[in-house]
Amino acid sequence: MPDVRAVEAVATSMRKDIVEMIGEAGSGHPGGSLSAADIVATLYFGGTLKYDSARPGWPERDRFILSKGHAAPVLYAALAEAGYFGRDHLKTLRKLGSMLQGHPDSKKTPGVEVSTGSLGQGLSVAAGLAVGLRGGEHPEPTHEDRTVFCLLGDGEIQEGQVWEAAMFAAHESLGNLVAIVDHNGLQIDGACTEVMCVGSVAAKFSAFDWHAVEIDGHDVGAIHDALQAAKAHRQGPTVIVAHTIKGKGVSFMEGEAGWHGKAPSAEQVEIALAELTAAEGSAG
Amino acid sequence: MSGKATREALGETLVELAGEGVDVVAVEADLSKSTTTSKLGDAYPERLFNVGVAEANMIDVAAGLSIAGKVAFTGSFAVFATGRAYDQIRNTVCYSNLNVKLTPTHAGISVGPDGGSHQMIEDLALMRVLPGMRVLVPADYHSAKAAIRIAAATPGPFYVRLGRAGVEQVYPPEHEFVVGKANVLREGADVTLAACGLMVGAALSAAELLAADGVSAEVIDVASIKPIDSETLLASVRKTGAVVTAEEHSIIGGLGSAVAEVVGEGAPCMLRRIGVRDVFGTSGEPVELLAHFGLTARDIADAAKEIAS
Repeated sequence: MPDVRAVEAVATSMRKDIVEMIGEAGSGHPGGSLSAADIVATLYFGGTLKYDSARPGWPERDRFILSKGHAAPVLYAALAEAGYFGRDHLKTLRKLGSMLQGHPDSKKTPGVEVSTGSLGQGLSVAAGLAVGLRGGEHPEPTHEDRTVFCLLGDGEIQEGQVWEAAMFAAHESLGNLVAIVDHNGLQIDGACTEVMCVGSVAAKFSAFDWHAVEIDGHDVGAIHDALQAAKAHRQGPTVIVAHTIKGKGVSFMEGEAGWHGKAPSAEQVEIALAELTAAEGSAG
Repeated sequence: MSGKATREALGETLVELAGEGVDVVAVEADLSKSTTTSKLGDAYPERLFNVGVAEANMIDVAAGLSIAGKVAFTGSFAVFATGRAYDQIRNTVCYSNLNVKLTPTHAGISVGPDGGSHQMIEDLALMRVLPGMRVLVPADYHSAKAAIRIAAATPGPFYVRLGRAGVEQVYPPEHEFVVGKANVLREGADVTLAACGLMVGAALSAAELLAADGVSAEVIDVASIKPIDSETLLASVRKTGAVVTAEEHSIIGGLGSAVAEVVGEGAPCMLRRIGVRDVFGTSGEPVELLAHFGLTARDIADAAKEIAS
């Protein structure tokens, strides 16, 4: 078990980075970045994901694919924290010449495994990676195999290709594939239930013969336990449906679809940072 | 239409490459027998992944396999492999510059009786515009084998256009494909015939017809549509002063457009494009369709005589 308090502190620090970098950029997607902050922080800093930021191409590493590519700021915050690049790059987000593109670009950013941004594709790529990484002549995944983690949005799973990938992953018994759905209930045009209801996400994946679990996506301990259990489950693919709050950690963004793709003003950044700093204080 | 089809080169070459130790895999979308990728699966079951009727997934699973270090080929028919999965090709394969080789079969109108829904005549336009994509159109079986080999050996995305119908041999078995090189197959002085795919054979026949009429035609196989061999094309049209392009594709966006861009910028001259004239295909036998759409040696020769110097 990791030091939950320490991971929570990193998650809060990442939330501050997210708010600051999007504020500085003047555009971007804070809502879905903030909802995923605890998941990504636990994955990178809770001891589940195997990586070495000094060697981004290290063959033995686990892989993380951010299929919901618009949440790039949460990935960039984690990669900077992990040491893939200097923190000074964060304020260049979305600017001409920056290594930090509006959506993840594997050609430009160390630690980004594949470019994403066009929704619905990451799970297919993750499944292809998982099948390619499993042990040589042995079609059954082993505990030595590298694990591929893929984070999807709940609006994103409206893309039909996600279910093509789900079918393939089960058919190939990809025990080294873990999908995480950031189930914050909101998409650009409003609530998922109103725009296009995705229904029971876990039941849908179960029907596609995945091992499905549901957790509180802001409970670091629960996230860690689920990730570890999913990594250990080698009989087939696992999905972790993480129930989250869009904009989590910034009071005026929480539960508001309008903050899907809008940058905070300088004044709003200050308010958000003050709230997050206060959260750090109460946690400490 | 006699001779081996270019699609037959696919499965056979993949099996050879695997046998030579190349870490090659193929991802197929329920058409393995038609595309011949089934041959790879027969010889090396662990190297063929059939995703079912799911072309978007096919492309991105191949993308994932390429990130895992494999040389990842994809199958399916050209109409589905490009049109149905365009965003996957653009935003994942090309935008990430991945080592994925698109080798769909059943391109062009020579698919035949299946009709316009299955006759892909826009693929060269769609693939040519993508940054980083190399676009090859082999003229015959041997050229197709060589194109697949060079695609496997060269990092990054490739599109190799393969066909269903048998085609006459143009090249010897030892032919080597060079990316970015056009092959001058016959030298001439009065008009340049620039062709690709199965129209190369038609262009060679057209040169014979023209010779009988006293017109000297230079025939160039523009097997590499992108990168295109500007040097060879410009040298030829500077000599002949006229060029006819011939392709089993729309006259918009494919070989004709690519050659027009090159000569328009480098050595403006008279140009005629032989191809499908902005309409969809239709059912019929391949030979009938080539005549129906004006893609015969006679059509090429007639266009050449209009503009030959």
